[in-house]
Amino acid sequence: MSTAPSATAPQKRSFTAAASVYVNERTSVAGFVKELGRKAFPDHWSFLLGEVALFAFVVVLISGTFLTFFFQASMAEVHYDGSYVPLKGVEMSVAMASTLDISFDIRGGLFVRQMHHWGALLFVAAIGLHMLRIFFTGAFRKPRELNWVIGFILFILAMAEGFTGYSLPDDLLSGNGLRIIDGMVKGIPLIGTWTSFLLFGGEFPGTQIVGRLYTLHILLLPALVVALVALHLVFVVVHKHTQYAGPGKTQQNAVGPPILPIYAAKAGGFFFIVFGVLALIASMFTINPIWNYGPYDPSPVSAGTQPDWYIGFADGALRLIPPGWEFVWLDRTWSFNILVPLIVLGGFIVTVLIYPFIEAWVKGDKREHHIADRPRNAPTRTAIGAAGVTFYAGLWAAASSDILATHFWLTMEGVIHALQATVIIGPFIAYFITKRVCIALQKKDREIVLHGYESGRIVKLPGGEFIEVHQPLDEYERWRLVSFESYEPLMIRPNARGKITVGQRIRASFSRWFFEDRIAPVSKGELEAGHDGHH
Amino acid sequence: MTRSKRRAGRRHPLATAALLALGLVFTGGAYAALSTGTVAQAEVDPNSQQTIEEGKKLFQANCATCHGLEAQGTDNGPSLIGVGAASVDFQVGTGRMPMQMQGPQAQQKPVQFTDEQVKQLAYYVASLGPGPEIPSDHLVNGGGDAANGAELFRINCAMCHNVAGAGGALTEGKFAPPLTDVSGVHIYEAMVTGPQNMPVFNDLNISPEDKRDVITYLKYVQDNRSPGGFELGSLGPVAEGLFIWIFGLGAIVAITVWITAKSN
Repeated sequence: MSTAPSATAPQKRSFTAAASVYVNERTSVAGFVKELGRKAFPDHWSFLLGEVALFAFVVVLISGTFLTFFFQASMAEVHYDGSYVPLKGVEMSVAMASTLDISFDIRGGLFVRQMHHWGALLFVAAIGLHMLRIFFTGAFRKPRELNWVIGFILFILAMAEGFTGYSLPDDLLSGNGLRIIDGMVKGIPLIGTWTSFLLFGGEFPGTQIVGRLYTLHILLLPALVVALVALHLVFVVVHKHTQYAGPGKTQQNAVGPPILPIYAAKAGGFFFIVFGVLALIASMFTINPIWNYGPYDPSPVSAGTQPDWYIGFADGALRLIPPGWEFVWLDRTWSFNILVPLIVLGGFIVTVLIYPFIEAWVKGDKREHHIADRPRNAPTRTAIGAAGVTFYAGLWAAASSDILATHFWLTMEGVIHALQATVIIGPFIAYFITKRVCIALQKKDREIVLHGYESGRIVKLPGGEFIEVHQPLDEYERWRLVSFESYEPLMIRPNARGKITVGQRIRASFSRWFFEDRIAPVSKGELEAGHDGHH
Repeated sequence: MTRSKRRAGRRHPLATAALLALGLVFTGGAYAALSTGTVAQAEVDPNSQQTIEEGKKLFQANCATCHGLEAQGTDNGPSLIGVGAASVDFQVGTGRMPMQMQGPQAQQKPVQFTDEQVKQLAYYVASLGPGPEIPSDHLVNGGGDAANGAELFRINCAMCHNVAGAGGALTEGKFAPPLTDVSGVHIYEAMVTGPQNMPVFNDLNISPEDKRDVITYLKYVQDNRSPGGFELGSLGPVAEGLFIWIFGLGAIVAITVWITAKSN
């Protein structure tokens, strides 16, 4: 970015330089580029997962724009007259017919449609993996709590985008999905029926819903997603990126290659790789073959009807509810088979959303954290995460209970009962196992720091004693293993008025739960003592 | 004259070749007639006493343990009087009978009898009491209306067999099998006899022509692979989700590792 005066060699200025100067004189963008271009971006594969989500979103945006040229969001009835023989002459909505036309009669339509759908699945999957990375490395701690919340809202918006898109073709599968949503809405006491009528413009399925979902799908939700993605990225720049502990990496700096030129080139190339992978998948693998499903008709429901993977956990929750939870009381039907999953899932989502604040409150920690934790060094958080993952995975698996039954030669009932147990008991088991594993790994790290690696070299001492020589760590490796924060349970102290409040007690008990079992990092004194013992 | 005539006849230098050709045509023709005959069920006479006798022998040797010597049924197997030839042709012809083991439902295994033997068994059982017959060829050759068949299939069959005929789960370990390589005859017979846990779709419920349409649709799905590429088992979103997580995101993660790998 040369802004040097052109007096030295005015006529030799290259086109790039001339163009840069031209642009800069009119926009003063140089300062911004200089600032942004020198942003360091720590290098680790897991730091690219958010980028994957962003790139997948761009692919979805581009392919989706193509689809809007041909898709018609109308529920008017037509007789299909396209190329697909087994649907010829069948009565269906214009939405379904235009989706079939995209699939069979518009050049490249099926490819773009499949890329859009595969891209959407990858988008949400990448968000999921990205969130797991953030959670398990504690990258949501101050000052990034708000960005966690924004990211989580993006996850919810992505699911909403996915679901509205899934429902647009008005095929049998999407209609079945909408019917389940309709049932869930109607299960809410008092307002349920009216809310459903409001959504569908009368009795399900009506003639309104596809048009309304289309507006949400291509206007409102994408606008929100784009706005929040922008905000999310601004925060990433403002906060700097987190980094893993290492020599020279502190809470005050960010160590890594600058964005310009290499990192930007890498990221730009990576976008095309993601695009390419999606194009490859879209060209080789069928997704959502609506021609099999046929037009929506409220009577048939196909075996193996499932939502796309990211809604699976909600479908699974409904499947896991035992029979008989719906009853009539006070002349009203109470659908606890729907209310309980709604409440439980709502609680789960809110807990994940506000987790950064819960953890900060328990720790009483107001400091900024820019060094990402190794998951083992925060055993309780990692264990809570594992419990959450187990809970989610159990619900998720339940959405495919029928496929599990047929493909593993099991009974449906057996699968359901096993998953009910997984969802209820599984998180506790996962919690305890993960916590113990984390603590064991920390102990191993401690051993290694204090005594070095076992080298496998056995030496016979002059006195006849055999010892194994331990190879000491180098300083860089040791830094990585000892530089983590260790918290201790909060002490209950009376406040200014000499009182111990209930809040204090709760907080102290949480803190005890979090930090009672802990392995402290090796201190300098211990290290020296350890070395003294050896030499 | 006679000599030249004879020379032109069986002593002709090409006579051997002609004889060979004739023989081949006859054997080939007979084979073709026989093999198409087994498909069209032409060569086993349903009414001949010999067929029924042969069928009875086969029945008593292979089926009577469970179904009783006179097909009257025992504690281990139901009576077969009145189940019809279609039922036997389906159960034995798809390898479900003789049954592998008692369980939620009979599993398919390699077919144990020749086509001829299956027919003999079927006509023997049919001779015990009237029941659904083996359908004639024009109903099962897939020459109907695929669109009508697809609609009927979605309404009547898809809730168990899946819209693409990929199969599905039922309660207590029972299941609806995939229809991806079932012959037209067997599909028809299954509809009229309701094997295992399947309901009967009689001719008042779905007319023979409509059944033909359903078969036409299934044949269409069998013969025309998905225009979108590999079908991932036609299992719907579960297979798609699994695929994107394992292969899609897996590939991407491998690439992220490659991108951030330190160059040596």
